[in-house]
Amino acid sequence: MPEFFPHAMPLAGFIGGLMIGVAAAIMLLGNGRIAGVSGMFARVLGLSEGGAPWMTALLFTAGLPLGAALAAADVDVEARFPTSLGLIAVAGLIVGIGTRLGAGCTSGHGVCGLSRLSPRSIVATGTFMATGIATVTLMRLAGVVS
Amino acid sequence: MRQSLLSLMSGTLFGAGLAVSGMIDPARVRAFLDVAGAWDPTLAFVMAGAILPMALAWLIVRRRSTPIVAEQFHTPATSPIDARLMGGAALFGIGWGLVGLCPGPAIAALAIQPATALLFIAAMAVGAAIHRFAPTPRRSA
Repeated sequence: MPEFFPHAMPLAGFIGGLMIGVAAAIMLLGNGRIAGVSGMFARVLGLSEGGAPWMTALLFTAGLPLGAALAAADVDVEARFPTSLGLIAVAGLIVGIGTRLGAGCTSGHGVCGLSRLSPRSIVATGTFMATGIATVTLMRLAGVVS
Repeated sequence: MRQSLLSLMSGTLFGAGLAVSGMIDPARVRAFLDVAGAWDPTLAFVMAGAILPMALAWLIVRRRSTPIVAEQFHTPATSPIDARLMGGAALFGIGWGLVGLCPGPAIAALAIQPATALLFIAAMAVGAAIHRFAPTPRRSA
């Protein structure tokens, strides 16, 4: 694997993935809720109809940077952000609208939905993967660096 | 109380997993989508790792009538597949591809790159508010 994809981290990716999956399983089996970040985030801000109890959403959301900080204290954690602040703001706006309209993101549809074989989530994940790949490829063709 | 504790545990483990797996790094996530460039398959390994325990969890859900510390399971409908779902997912993918950030990693990255992450999160909040208050029919399911 490494000789073909020199930058890939298959083992760390798989282990981190297991942690994400166990985290989502704790939310589902313990609290009976989907660990969908876009939904939890909207709930924290009072921008969702229904959803998890506010305190559940708040603590789950607050745990995300807490966990990242704990991990960063033990292992090297890279976060190479794009340099264009305008692009980041536009992308955030589009992600905010899109994830609410489509009722989920990579966690809700991708992790929780695919593992349930939910037809909605399979279609949603295929769709956002496709438009994500199309966007990156078009930017590459147009010579736009994010 | 027990629900709150489990929520914090779940979020913390989720955030640590995002950091360990490299998914908190927008450049790496974007490289997964960059099939015509220096493709980085790491995200596929993350998804495989995450789906395994969750597939097991869904099997357990089928055999239980209630969650461990709550009254009932709140699981979303798995149908219908409509224009709202596909349009929303398509939009999300465009924003995701532009910078390599989706909601989970953006919020977790507050611990690593606070200023830039906060800009993305604030914009995301505006987007969620636009969706909430836009004069369109709400999702029925």
